[in-house]
Amino acid sequence: MTNFKRPDGRKVDELRPMKAKVGVVPNADGSAMFQFGDTIAIAAVYGPKKMHPQHMQDPEKGTLRCTYNMLSFSVTDRIRPGPSRRSTEISKITGWALEPALMIDKYANMVVDVHINILQANASTRCAGINAAAMALAHAGIPMKDMVSSVSIGKLDKQLVVDVNKKEEDWEEGEGATDIPITFTNNGELTHLQLDGKITTKQLKEAIELARKSCKEIYEVQKEALKKVAE
Amino acid sequence: MENPIEMTSNLTAIRIKEYLSKDKRFDGRMPENFRDIIIETGISKNAEGSARVKLGNTEVLVGVKMNVSTPYPDSPNKGNLMVTAELLPLSSPRFENGPPKFPAIELGRVIDRGIRESKFIELEKLCIKEGEKVWTVFIDIYSINDDGNLLDAAGIGAIAALKNAKIPKYDEKEDKVLFGELSDESIPVKKELPISITAHKIGKNLIIDPTRDEEDISETRVTICSSDGEISSMQKGDSESLSIEEMNNILDLIEKTERVVFKKIEKSLK
Repeated sequence: MTNFKRPDGRKVDELRPMKAKVGVVPNADGSAMFQFGDTIAIAAVYGPKKMHPQHMQDPEKGTLRCTYNMLSFSVTDRIRPGPSRRSTEISKITGWALEPALMIDKYANMVVDVHINILQANASTRCAGINAAAMALAHAGIPMKDMVSSVSIGKLDKQLVVDVNKKEEDWEEGEGATDIPITFTNNGELTHLQLDGKITTKQLKEAIELARKSCKEIYEVQKEALKKVAE
Repeated sequence: MENPIEMTSNLTAIRIKEYLSKDKRFDGRMPENFRDIIIETGISKNAEGSARVKLGNTEVLVGVKMNVSTPYPDSPNKGNLMVTAELLPLSSPRFENGPPKFPAIELGRVIDRGIRESKFIELEKLCIKEGEKVWTVFIDIYSINDDGNLLDAAGIGAIAALKNAKIPKYDEKEDKVLFGELSDESIPVKKELPISITAHKIGKNLIIDPTRDEEDISETRVTICSSDGEISSMQKGDSESLSIEEMNNILDLIEKTERVVFKKIEKSLK
């Protein structure tokens, strides 16, 4: 494709080695682990169950409630345990990314809780979290229209790359780093997109196409892991 | 408000007690038997030290992080120790988001005292400049799946993570910790491991290492942290009283169990 050299020697459209496993939390109704290289996320689903407190109940449809949390020692600089502004936003974004694939309309007054924890972080943690959560939801038997897969596209100087790692996230040469986490349903519907940096409309369109292609690869890994527990 | 959390049913409670009266348990263990201990160290690359501990279906992750800070006025030549525990909502339908509730606070404090009072970490060796700069050791405990006895699992995890830890590099001139770059130096710890073991009283019976159901119907518990037969911290939890005879039995039971658990830990750490 190009001669662009990534810090870890990957091709520009090459994801880090992925691992996925279903059923990592026996107590949960559904659970899964998803790993991009050194980034490890686990997710557990509880529900559908009655929503508490009562005033948060939606009498018309079920509610999806996601919580994203990084373990204090998942990063090199210890994070104080407990929620932060960042984790609160990612929790919400994760819910938005997953909800279009779910069919929880009939669960009026009920909630499906998804708890995502990052055990080890090397960038793209929200994408790994969404991938794990989607698998955990399927494992829990929550009715779904489709699978959901997430990847971060990076623009390093002028070059687009897939599945950004920490070194790439901190890219300073040329135009620096632009980080674009994107989530697709397997059908090709976009359910989540964020961007920090600088990019032209034309290149963003390319980035979205690139994400679509990578999400198909991720989907295969998710599907294989889910098949294993079904057997 | 209706309780959405499934507690152990009365029927299960009666059956557990019936079994115990014949010295039996649901999973085939004897009352004084500990489950197999599986320890995996170095499970998080960005931590200075880390461990995963499994006791049956119970699983905890423990990570050690370090930072340079000022010492407390009453210990100017000693490093600081901070232990926190989070009972993740991921690990049980009973745990909720929000500020730590009593069980998590107690868990962190009991493990903290076990390590602190046994003097397992040689905190005076973590002094960089007396009265000004010392290392702080953070031990963070997370539950991944609660099937009873998170307390003892956390204690084992803390020891394993501490033994696995390497001190980060520190640029003294710039007064900066180079996070992510670890030295070859381990955290100075003693050879004797401070092992926390909890005995539970159910009716007239004493058991060790309860599953979730057994822990639910436990009337009172005693956690003892000891290393090589020497007790350094204790906690009696829950409100049921104990006779002196029962307390003596607990002490004997835990002393016996400590040796067994020590061997299991040694084996698993190798």
